Amino acid sequence: MKGGDQPSGTSATPALDVAYIARLARLELTAEETALFQNQLAQVLAHAEKLREVNVEGVEPAAQTFAIFDVWREDVARLGLTQEEALRNAPRSVKGLFIVPKVIE
Amino acid sequence: MNKADLPGLTIAQLQKLLRAREVSPREVLEALHERIEAVEPQIDAYLSRDLDAAMAAAEQADVTLPLGGIPFAIKDVLSVAGQPCTCGSRILRDYRALFDATAIRKLREAGAIPFGRTNMDEFAMGSSTENSGVKTTRNPWDRSRIPGGSSGGSAAAVAADAAIASLGSDTGGSVRQPAALTGVVGLKPTYGRVSRYGLVAFASSLDQVGPITKTVEDAALALQAIAGLDPNDATTLDAPVPDYTSALERDLRGVRLGLPREYLVDGIDPEVRAAIETALRHFESLGTEIVELSLPHTTYAIDTYYLIATAEASANLARFDGVRYGYRAEHATNLLEQYNRTRAEGFGPEVKRRIILGTYVLSSGYYDAYYLRAQKVRTLVRQDFARAFEKVDALISPTTPEPAFKIGDRSTDPSRMYLADVFTNAANLAGICAISLPCGFTGGEHPLPIGLQIMGKALDEARILQVAHAYEQSTDWHRRRPAALAS
Repeated sequence: MKGGDQPSGTSATPALDVAYIARLARLELTAEETALFQNQLAQVLAHAEKLREVNVEGVEPAAQTFAIFDVWREDVARLGLTQEEALRNAPRSVKGLFIVPKVIE
Repeated sequence: MNKADLPGLTIAQLQKLLRAREVSPREVLEALHERIEAVEPQIDAYLSRDLDAAMAAAEQADVTLPLGGIPFAIKDVLSVAGQPCTCGSRILRDYRALFDATAIRKLREAGAIPFGRTNMDEFAMGSSTENSGVKTTRNPWDRSRIPGGSSGGSAAAVAADAAIASLGSDTGGSVRQPAALTGVVGLKPTYGRVSRYGLVAFASSLDQVGPITKTVEDAALALQAIAGLDPNDATTLDAPVPDYTSALERDLRGVRLGLPREYLVDGIDPEVRAAIETALRHFESLGTEIVELSLPHTTYAIDTYYLIATAEASANLARFDGVRYGYRAEHATNLLEQYNRTRAEGFGPEVKRRIILGTYVLSSGYYDAYYLRAQKVRTLVRQDFARAFEKVDALISPTTPEPAFKIGDRSTDPSRMYLADVFTNAANLAGICAISLPCGFTGGEHPLPIGLQIMGKALDEARILQVAHAYEQSTDWHRRRPAALAS
């Protein structure tokens, strides 16, 4: 991670730094969007402060509504997408490969 | 039978005509196509329609099957092989699905014909369909108003007789809320009752596919076709699928209905409150017992929902990176820039907002304060319902705090927009089933539909369908049609 990916802590809501979070989310925002979201999400988070009233001492978190564990199926090979199908929606492909900008210098 | 009347019929009514060979699947589809052509300029419910594919299926349709020859409009978030699946987003503008979602495969196996892709809030994030990256759908009852969301295209199409029935998806109310605001029936099945395979994920622990229909009976018929265990979705429940239509006709004597007092709080629209109070008296006249009770954590459901749903969304939407499918920004010089700009140009404002919020609540230092706490409150919300269902067979409430609002009214204020789901979020958090059906109209020049929500315990769809059907059949709200579009 680059040195720039640190919370700046300079915004109106000290906890939420939209510009920093946008970098984490790989989402480029304009200065206008950053300011707007900073404001709007501060309101949403202020509303969510309500959850602090709730006594959650000893309460188990629910990641899902009905905990289902260890769902098994027969270990049988099945047909998946063909190479042609997998590439059909690709923005760029050449010779059966997804093409992206150069990663390694 | 006048052909022009076919699109106004229910699944059950069409089944009879098709099986008696009074009409053919082709004639039904042609009549529906004509109706869509006539009303679509007024409501903008559809994103695309593949008439040739549907016509080919109609020629082959076996009308002896449970849904033989019945066209279904499909929210543009469910994969239908070979058809667009844009999720109302620029980022999937040119995407075509490679396979059928399980719900679509099961619809086809039951003889139904997927026809038309309906508009939605981008990636199902919204309560008005104004967040569609393509266009704004209008409420058939008053075209200056929103049809609800996120399955607003599906609901508007069914309400305008521009669809016989539709499949939508419900993460926090996205089937029930638009159904309520357009005067039709919307069913959110129990989490795990219907496979999510092929449903583009928004919040995986909350998403569920559900039908939007003209009647409760049609909702039962649609659920019958799509419910069940699926090896391709490990969260589907391994429980038998009961006969939902045979449960409909049982009378309601002795059924205990709970009225959670937190759902009739100050701030709800007086006409909505009056309609619910009238519905309660009606239920008593049908022989039910109304039990007032409390779901004490109701007030926390909406914040819990938005923290959990956005957290899951931020992870699910990470896959849209412009590499394997979807939109890609031009001229990026490196991969990171390509990700950043593809997502900046591909996603609309509400999706960006939710990705930011979700990334934040999962980020180091804030996870415990927001996401983990929300998951714990989710447990408490679930326990509220479990306790309530020890005392009553089903719960009733308004579906929404107010009728459809004006287009543009809320779109700049996310906090206010989020309140549109205040009565529907909790059922998703708890994973229980719930249905919305019409229970009245507002007064005034353009009467607007009001929705009644019936919530049932997990896998008790037969019960809420029975309660809803008894109410519907002893009232005539479901027979009303939007006057503005009447031909």
